[in-house]
Amino acid sequence: MNYAERLKNVTVLGAAGKMGSGILLLTAMEMTDLASKPENKSRQFVLNAIDVSDQALGGLMKYLKVQVQKAAEKKIVPLRKVYEDHADLVDNKDIIDRYVADVIGIVRPSTRLESAYQSGLIFEAIIENPGLKVKLLSQINKNNAKSPWIFTNTSSIPIHEVDEKAGLGGRILGVHFYNPPAIQKLVELIRADSTQSELVDFALVFAKNLGKIVVPSNDFAGFIGNGHFMRDALHGISEAGRLSAEMSFAEAVYTVNRVTQDFLLRPMGIFQLIDYVGLDVCQYIMSVMNGRLGTPCGKVSPEVLHSPLLDRMISAGVRGGQRSDGSQKDGFFKYEKNRPAGIYDPDTKRYLPVSAFQAACDERMGPTPLPQLNWKSAVKHPKKEAALEDFFGKLAAMDTPGANLAKRYGERSREIGLKLVSDKVAQSEEDVNMVLLSGFYHVYGPINKYFKPVTSNQ
Amino acid sequence: MKKLRKRVFMTAGYNTVAFGSGRKEFNPKKPRPGLEEYIKEAGQGALKLVGGAGNVDEGVIGNFMAAKFNNQGNLAALIPFIDEGLKWKPSCRVEGACCSGGLALVTAIKSVLAETADVVLTLGVEVQNTVKAIYGADILAGAGWYKERKSGHAFFFPGKFSDRAGAYFDKYGMERTRKALARWYRNAVENARLVPTAQEYHNTQEDLEAAALTKPNPRSFVDQLNVYDCSKVSDGAAAIAVVSEEGLKKAGVAEKDAIEVVGFAAVEADLTAAPSDLTRLDTTERAVKMALESAGIRAGDLGTVECHDCFTITGILSVEAIGLVKQGEGPDFVSAGHTARNGKIPFNTTGGLIGWGHPTGASGVRQAVTIWEQLTRKAGNAQIEVSDSRPYALSISMGGNDRTVVAIVYRRAAEEKQ
Repeated sequence: MNYAERLKNVTVLGAAGKMGSGILLLTAMEMTDLASKPENKSRQFVLNAIDVSDQALGGLMKYLKVQVQKAAEKKIVPLRKVYEDHADLVDNKDIIDRYVADVIGIVRPSTRLESAYQSGLIFEAIIENPGLKVKLLSQINKNNAKSPWIFTNTSSIPIHEVDEKAGLGGRILGVHFYNPPAIQKLVELIRADSTQSELVDFALVFAKNLGKIVVPSNDFAGFIGNGHFMRDALHGISEAGRLSAEMSFAEAVYTVNRVTQDFLLRPMGIFQLIDYVGLDVCQYIMSVMNGRLGTPCGKVSPEVLHSPLLDRMISAGVRGGQRSDGSQKDGFFKYEKNRPAGIYDPDTKRYLPVSAFQAACDERMGPTPLPQLNWKSAVKHPKKEAALEDFFGKLAAMDTPGANLAKRYGERSREIGLKLVSDKVAQSEEDVNMVLLSGFYHVYGPINKYFKPVTSNQ
Repeated sequence: MKKLRKRVFMTAGYNTVAFGSGRKEFNPKKPRPGLEEYIKEAGQGALKLVGGAGNVDEGVIGNFMAAKFNNQGNLAALIPFIDEGLKWKPSCRVEGACCSGGLALVTAIKSVLAETADVVLTLGVEVQNTVKAIYGADILAGAGWYKERKSGHAFFFPGKFSDRAGAYFDKYGMERTRKALARWYRNAVENARLVPTAQEYHNTQEDLEAAALTKPNPRSFVDQLNVYDCSKVSDGAAAIAVVSEEGLKKAGVAEKDAIEVVGFAAVEADLTAAPSDLTRLDTTERAVKMALESAGIRAGDLGTVECHDCFTITGILSVEAIGLVKQGEGPDFVSAGHTARNGKIPFNTTGGLIGWGHPTGASGVRQAVTIWEQLTRKAGNAQIEVSDSRPYALSISMGGNDRTVVAIVYRRAAEEKQ
């Protein structure tokens, strides 16, 4: 079965979700591009968008229309060539409207799993629940005579586990898109030992056509992205806990968040990132990863990723994550116009205004190195490497609470990255760095020369 | 064109802000002033300086595509919206693509010459940020022949001038021309930074020439030009009064506050015919030649020029079309700084279409306002010195791909007292 034939009938499971909708969008456009090629004129392309509620699917179709239009506007130059034989399509608007109609035209929204029984390729993007994934995929596998390929968009569940339990016989590959899939360039490809190599060959072509950067990750729970992020987040939570001995919890959260953003030059601070992903999502991913992690060298019990603080906040109804319009829900921070304005106090269950302690905390932390650099200016810096070296060189020489916190953080991040390589989750240090650079928009990888190896008292 | 049969003046210029990306206060998601508000602001600005609407005999408004950008036709009827005193006065709207403003000036000049009016309130307006640039490109493509749209580039006019740039690169050398285009961009922005109404007034880019040398990206834009080579999408209006000697008296305006139109030409080329030579603006050449003849002067007598630099390449081609240098020498002339504000012959001293902005139907009038400001010493921080030995100014307003062109020659209405 060639590339176009494999994409003739495709299903996205969980199509109305945050990840599913993005995957659906990209796949729909890729299929439309294929359909426009002369050699595919006789092929009828079908993309089933399966989700649990009609309401969600209605929203999905609206989302799709808006996003396809935006994408068409961006690629109008090549699109005019695609439609050059259509004499009736003259203006950009004519062409964009037709393209939107063509893309929407191949999508079949449905709440019935049976729609997937004719598909040769299935993107699974349902919630991160191993049991449910196995159940749905087994059912499809039993009823689909085409021996479909399964691309599962898990960020944490080992692929071999799903393969064995759903009886897929190696017709499964982990294809971990980053959120939001339509924009994020990174895709982690996770191959189980049993995965058939044809799936990998196809996925590499598919990801390339979607304009993605592919990083291979080995089949260990959490893979590279969450393998780093979850441990990095737990370090942040633990640092805030440590600082709470000398300041209020809210001040500690503010301090750690600011250090991770402004001293480490990240696009957002660690607590804002936890809010962005969702406290409940983080909690769930950690629970999926737990029990699937090995026992670290020199330790007797397996590594446990767990945060009682997250448990406590979630049980109080503080979850973070985003609304369907993309705006940020309150989590560790209360957001006003998508900017942190207050910090949650678990004792009083109220948000305290950041302005009440910001200046004092900043004063206590001390200044950031000069000349000033932040994530945005670092990304755009014409001599980025030199600017980073200068910035972190100065940071290393500083002995302020802020600088020391940043150094501990950078060292821990590095340690996590190196461990992903030594645990064979990642195939190389470059792969770890690439995931953080392209999936998390860091301006430098965690394995770098800016931070010294962790000392034994850490 | 013979010498004008009577003296014609311009005075009471007013430009609104050229609004669009680049202005700090611009936010595409927020409501913005509409067509009628721009017309009103510019019109009232001019009326104040001519003693009010009672002194106005006629109104002319230049506009290109309000019918598409704003779903609005019948623009002449927005002239009475400026001031109740303009109700019942004869008014008309003229259209000649991006030369609409130039044609508005010519229409007003002819009214004065025909003695049907002594004071003509002349406006130009365009409000283009109502649609995204990609759809605006469809609308602006109307300045070309509609049968060329299908085979044209997504960004139709950038595509046309990219072809011109490509032909010019092939004939006269890419590197030196690109260098000159970058210098043109730098001059435009540096001039605009001196003018609070300019779209690039807030531009803080450090190395303008380096930015302007960005490699063109044919996948998302045109083959030979980058975004810095193009004027932006602008909203804005300009107004000026075109008056007779009697009109000046009636309006109570001293000659020192006016400029005199000493020659002009309006020229058309066939819209359906392709340019005979992509490396020349032959319609502009023709219009400038006729305007200079009408004024009885030579290109060497010009002290400043407002040219229609919708694209940087058009700036270079205009320098050659005016006859300041031979074909192929425009890039060296520009790169040597001769068109900069402190150069031999300052061009586009308030930024031109690239720096000040290009609300298409307003640009021709805006050019006249700039020349009026410069020659009557009202240009503020952007003021240049125009020497008595070369006291003339020239404006060139161009519609489409060098199809409709108006060239006007001006000088001070009164000798400056030393």
